[in-house]
Amino acid sequence: MSAVVGGLTDAARGTATTPTPTPISRRKLTGYFLLLPALAWLAIFFAVPSVQLMATSLYDRSGSLEYGYEMTFAVGNYPAAWTAYATQFGRSFMYAGIATVLAIFLAYPLAYAIAFRAGRFKHLMLVLVIAPFFTSFLVRTLAWNSILADNGFVVGSLKTIGILPEDGRLLASSVAVVAGLTYNFLPFMVLPLYASLEKIDLRLVEAARDLYANGFTAFRKVTLPLSLPGLVAGTLLTFIPASGDYINSQLLGTPKQAMIGNVIDRNFLVILDYPMAAACSVTLMVAIVTMVLFYVRRSGAEELL
Amino acid sequence: MTETQTPAAGAQLSLRALTKRFEKFVAVDALDLDVGAGQFFALLGPSGCGKTTTLRMIAGLEEPTSGQILLGGDDIARLKPYKRPVNTVFQNYALFPHLNIFENVAFGLRRRRIGNVKPKVDEMLELVQLGAMATRKPSQLSGGQQQRVALARALINQPRILLLDEPLGALDLKLRRQMQLELKRIQTEVGITFIHVTHDQEEAMTMADTIAVMNNGVVEQLGGPTELYDNPATTFVSNFLGQSNLIRGTVKTAGADVVVDVHGTTAAVPADRARVTSGDVWVGVRPEKVELTAAGQAAGAPGTTQTGTTLAGGVVAEVAFIGVSTQYLVEMPWGQQLTVFVQNNGARDDFRPGDPVDVHWRGEHTFLLDAAQDAHAGEEE
Ligand SMILES: Nc1ncnc2c1ncn2[C@@H]1O[C@H](COP(=O)(O)OP(=O)(O)OP(=O)(O)O)[C@@H](O)[C@H]1O
Ligand SMILES: [Mg+2]
Repeated sequence: MSAVVGGLTDAARGTATTPTPTPISRRKLTGYFLLLPALAWLAIFFAVPSVQLMATSLYDRSGSLEYGYEMTFAVGNYPAAWTAYATQFGRSFMYAGIATVLAIFLAYPLAYAIAFRAGRFKHLMLVLVIAPFFTSFLVRTLAWNSILADNGFVVGSLKTIGILPEDGRLLASSVAVVAGLTYNFLPFMVLPLYASLEKIDLRLVEAARDLYANGFTAFRKVTLPLSLPGLVAGTLLTFIPASGDYINSQLLGTPKQAMIGNVIDRNFLVILDYPMAAACSVTLMVAIVTMVLFYVRRSGAEELL
Repeated sequence: MTETQTPAAGAQLSLRALTKRFEKFVAVDALDLDVGAGQFFALLGPSGCGKTTTLRMIAGLEEPTSGQILLGGDDIARLKPYKRPVNTVFQNYALFPHLNIFENVAFGLRRRRIGNVKPKVDEMLELVQLGAMATRKPSQLSGGQQQRVALARALINQPRILLLDEPLGALDLKLRRQMQLELKRIQTEVGITFIHVTHDQEEAMTMADTIAVMNNGVVEQLGGPTELYDNPATTFVSNFLGQSNLIRGTVKTAGADVVVDVHGTTAAVPADRARVTSGDVWVGVRPEKVELTAAGQAAGAPGTTQTGTTLAGGVVAEVAFIGVSTQYLVEMPWGQQLTVFVQNNGARDDFRPGDPVDVHWRGEHTFLLDAAQDAHAGEEE
């Protein structure tokens, strides 16, 4: 058996080295030339700003925009940021986490229905999922502002059936912010889930049923594991932007619902404490990357990285 | 789960007036079929004749429009697939891509919470000669290996009936021949009833104890391979299984032999080989059962002269050398071309196009079919 494998690799290597060396190095060079614009783009708009951001986070906080900042490698900015904004960091990840879980439970049945049950309405339903993107993020979030308004239909109905107390409100609460986050990032969960459900060969489900799995077990043992790549991708596409979001908290919440995005926003644009804002940004980035790596490892979906 | 873990003996399966309609289209039409316990049973028929649909109804993956499926006496037609002691080897194998070979094979055992999985799976992988592949994923196996995993995954459950839907269709010819022998060996070893769907008549003939030839949702004929080949019941069967010469005739008298007038010559056919005993008929004879001689010469094969029929006045139209045999097309005086296979064993004369020849056959090599049937039914295009 191993002999066969060895034989195959040898054969593959053999064919790879057959062409003469000159055209190959030429071709390789062409490849690099084609990469250049993208690399330049990445360098200018990602690498340089990232380095600049990290540098800013180490400036002396006593400086100011007008008189300039001094580079003192003020590592202390980080513990300062963590102690000052621990609540907002925690709240961001909690809201984003809840919104992601809610989005999974809303999106999975929807994606499943579109992939397997929609018949000729499949494309229409997909268009409807994407339709909100035709208006801006801001407008959609403002719409939620009026949906959840104190004198609105939703609050009124909830009060009538007694779920909400007479003086209760939805707007300016955690519920409103999480609802806004869930709504805004739902399509990012639905689309990758749909893409990976759609690819599943239904004959595999039939095979599972033939092998003594009832409908639910067939789903749990075949459909769900095969849709895992979509689930992981959707989770990342929802959780990452949701934890850095500040619009939903701004428009649907109060300072009591402030997320780390609002903190960064305020430090950059209102307080003008650039080192503090940069330290928060870098912390957020590192935290997210760590969580994502851990999550992807655990779920066994490494090929997404 | 009521089934016990006693070694499964194959079960008797009976289909009664089993019908499947897709909207207006009748895919399986009041099918009646009996499959004996422990048989290797082949369902043979052209594409679209309803073989897969029949199999899916037995497995429970398709709900019959009407009719019964009796397994050892119980009607299982309305049972959910996971409640039936029946397993399937799918045409495309349908192996679970996210599970390794071991877990694929163990799937059915785990679902039924049967203990002691490892030795059972190992033993099954040994049976299909894949012991070394247990930790691989299906995508890392060759087509033939995947096919054997699919077989092991079904067999390990010791079903009362194993359904195989063209399990060898995706393999190349050589591997297919090898797997045919393998399947036959395994079936003999485990003693489970196999229902094997195929549209390869050679495959059905070499493997099956009993063959049902299906066409347009009904069974045309059921029987052993030799019976179907030597004494087909319809023109469809005579053409679909091998080749046939069907010559128009009219019955003159019917007794122990049915005597038929064939374009002015009298031919006798034993009564047990006659599906009709009056009126217009097709006289059928297989190409290799026809003897060819130079015009006016007596037939040389023993027995042919006593009970045989000679049709004179043929002219060789085409000759094709195939190796073990030579295939002749002989143009008869009434315009029909007869196919004749002559073995290249050196005992016969060679003929060339334009040579005048006579054709001879023995009565017990012929069969009589109803002339109302299409002489070209079941022929390959
Ligand atoms: N779900 C369905 N809806 C409508 N018609 C169907 C459906 N499934 C099968 N049919 C039709 O029923 C007929 C029988 O199909 P079936 O799959 O049983 O053929 P088959 O004998 O297995 O052919 P093949 O050898 O090509 O696999 C075909 O004409 C097919 O078009
Ligand atoms: Mg089929």
